Amino acid sequence: MATREEITNRCQALYDDLDFTAARKWKDAEPGRHVIGYMPMYVPREIIHAAGMMPLGILGGGDQLEVIQGDAYYQSYICRIPRSTIELLLTDRLDFVDGMLFPSICDVIRNLSGMWKLLRPDVYAHYFDVPQNYMRDVGGEFYIHELNVLKEDLEKISGNKVTNEALKNSIELYNENRRLTRKLYKFRADYPWLAPSSEVYLINRAGMVIPVEDHNILITDYIDAAKQEDRPKRDNSRVVISGSFCEQPPINLIKSIEISGCYVVDDDYMLVNRWFAKPVPTDIDPMQALSYTFLEASVKMPSCFEPNEDIKGQFLVDLVRETNAEGVIFAAASFCDPALLERPILQDVLNQVDIPHISFKYAENTGQMQPIREQAGTFADSIKLWS
Amino acid sequence: MSAPQRKPSTDVQKDASMAKQKAMIDGNFDRLGNVKNTGEKVSYTFVPGNLNELIMCFDMVGNYPEINAIQNGLRKKSGGMIMEAEKWGHSEDVCTYVKADIGMMRKGNIGPTGQPIPEPDILMLSYTGCYTFLKWFELLRHDYKCETAMLHVPYTGDGVITKAMTDYVVKQLKEEVIPKYEKVSGVKFDIDRLRENLAHSAKAEDDFVWVLESAKNKPSPIDAYFGGIYYIGPIFTAFRGTDLAVDYYKTLRAEIEERIRKGQGPITPEGEMKNEKYRIVTEGPPNYTSMREFWKMFYDEGAVVVASTYTKVGGTYDFGFRHDPSRPLESLAEYCMHCYTNRNLPERTRMLETYINDYEADGLLINSIKSCNSFAAGELMMMREVEKRTGKPAAFVETDLVDPRYFSAANVKNRLESYFQMIDQKRRAGV
Repeated sequence: MATREEITNRCQALYDDLDFTAARKWKDAEPGRHVIGYMPMYVPREIIHAAGMMPLGILGGGDQLEVIQGDAYYQSYICRIPRSTIELLLTDRLDFVDGMLFPSICDVIRNLSGMWKLLRPDVYAHYFDVPQNYMRDVGGEFYIHELNVLKEDLEKISGNKVTNEALKNSIELYNENRRLTRKLYKFRADYPWLAPSSEVYLINRAGMVIPVEDHNILITDYIDAAKQEDRPKRDNSRVVISGSFCEQPPINLIKSIEISGCYVVDDDYMLVNRWFAKPVPTDIDPMQALSYTFLEASVKMPSCFEPNEDIKGQFLVDLVRETNAEGVIFAAASFCDPALLERPILQDVLNQVDIPHISFKYAENTGQMQPIREQAGTFADSIKLWS
Repeated sequence: MSAPQRKPSTDVQKDASMAKQKAMIDGNFDRLGNVKNTGEKVSYTFVPGNLNELIMCFDMVGNYPEINAIQNGLRKKSGGMIMEAEKWGHSEDVCTYVKADIGMMRKGNIGPTGQPIPEPDILMLSYTGCYTFLKWFELLRHDYKCETAMLHVPYTGDGVITKAMTDYVVKQLKEEVIPKYEKVSGVKFDIDRLRENLAHSAKAEDDFVWVLESAKNKPSPIDAYFGGIYYIGPIFTAFRGTDLAVDYYKTLRAEIEERIRKGQGPITPEGEMKNEKYRIVTEGPPNYTSMREFWKMFYDEGAVVVASTYTKVGGTYDFGFRHDPSRPLESLAEYCMHCYTNRNLPERTRMLETYINDYEADGLLINSIKSCNSFAAGELMMMREVEKRTGKPAAFVETDLVDPRYFSAANVKNRLESYFQMIDQKRRAGV
């Protein structure tokens, strides 16, 4: 069995690879294979998989990509992820991608779908709408229609018919992926000194660029390997990170938060890998199953409307309590409308139950970690001293 | 060489229609300020995708937070409100309409005309073409704890409105919006009343489109951006579907017919613009905190805006849409989906290209708004495309809607003057 270090080294290499070599290799391994890219936050990867294709999570260019052309397409007050994604496109790093999905996370990603259509009219680009009405016969029905449109589009690209049997198989695989991801999160919350946040992040990030079958093995191997190591337990404060669901912080920022004295016991990075709080049923029509689970068991996050004011923001309080966290760090990408508009409500909800919090902004290429270390370190100390 | 900048005159010249429009908007503020006495219920909603014809069926008075922010911007009150919201933890990065609204609320909710803005009985969250709307009304609901009706209007990502999209909106109207309005207002929904309101809308829309298209004349009798802001006021807000709006657009049309007959240009705050030198298409909202100064940079140079996308945020009527009393709920659904920022970028680009060609414009000017990602994200791409397709020059300036900190007059003026020179050069080169 691979050691923890070997596993995390592999994931680090996948993270660093801005040419998506693993996905290219997967595609080249057999003729007729296709890759479908998707932006954060959620797409039904099951349907892509059932069409015999590989879903590829595109999370921007990080801090290693020099953005030159991408900056010419965006004003200074737009976040960084679309400009680095355009850079990836224009530098042919995504030339092997057969289609792109743009979920309804915000206006910037929404408009990026149109830019893609203008820049690459020959490549499939689809704005993937999800319902904001959660009644089965209203939003649910609309969503089933959207899922079927996607299915038909992918069938045309792949040349493969998406059968109910294939869909059920894919749903089971992704149910397992979500179960294992939650298990990993639980393991980290229970033993944060054995599973540092930076490692957990890399394990999850790998799931964006490799087949789900491989990722399921990878998570299992990591948990098994991490359990066997004896690593020193520190007197850190336990915190939840909130607001980082789209543009990702650089890995050094994640490390810096830990170095400053915080154990991150939960976060909202890459929510797609644990979007549903319960398994998608496999004993009903697969499209209905995906639709109803989306309506009734999705994670709470700012891009989705919360119809019930009484529970608005409560998910964060629950998360803090479930993970025995002592505070929340709001870490949002600069100019991120969903995270920054939501933040005052969440802060108010936390204030009502005396959960301490701090906030800062970052960009995916943030390089100066000292201010963040100081802020997070002071927060960790204040929790230890006064909470 | 540009003309020296004169100081704006203190005497503002206005058409009769402008005075009428102002009286209408002020009248709605009066109505809002008086609900304690009249007992009218209050519905808050947004301009794009507003359901005014439907809301009127429940005898409710509409409050439009964007309009409050605009009116506060024009009166130079919005800056303090925005900073008030920022003091309460709202990020400097996000929409200033939202912050102007939250700041106004925190300062006692006194509206732009000095009258109190009443609390909402219902928030009509028409999620149309702008993600921020969703958060905006969640923020208001968090404070007011009032009923909220959510209407999710699907984005036309593939450039088409499908039957499934229309059915989805209609179902929401039937199962979410109308029941909530009946509950809050105590008034039973009457579809014939809605049909009647929609018939009024269609009449006003015909005249409104005629007004917009009058800019195809040379000289243009209107300015379709700065002047257009006045023209859209009634139809984009609390008056669409009323006799008042029908009457207003009839008056406006007659006024413009007269100007065409006399060969006159648009009326600016300093009188008729006599020398039309540049015909411009604009993309993006204007700046409201220094609107007169901004407008002056155009009319001093002889530049008139002949078509603008901003005057389509509350409906793209000039591309054929009309409210249809024979299909009342479907028509409301289609109206929402047709709003400008609910259209995808290729469609928006095609609209700009059409405007440049149909209005025989000299070029495209984008006023990119710092706090409006719905408009702004992708505008540089649109600019390149329009230049490529039309061969006409384009320019890009950056300001904000209602945050005075983001209006730099010298920078904007410098950019505009260079742009007009570029148009001259192109003309000399025979392009």
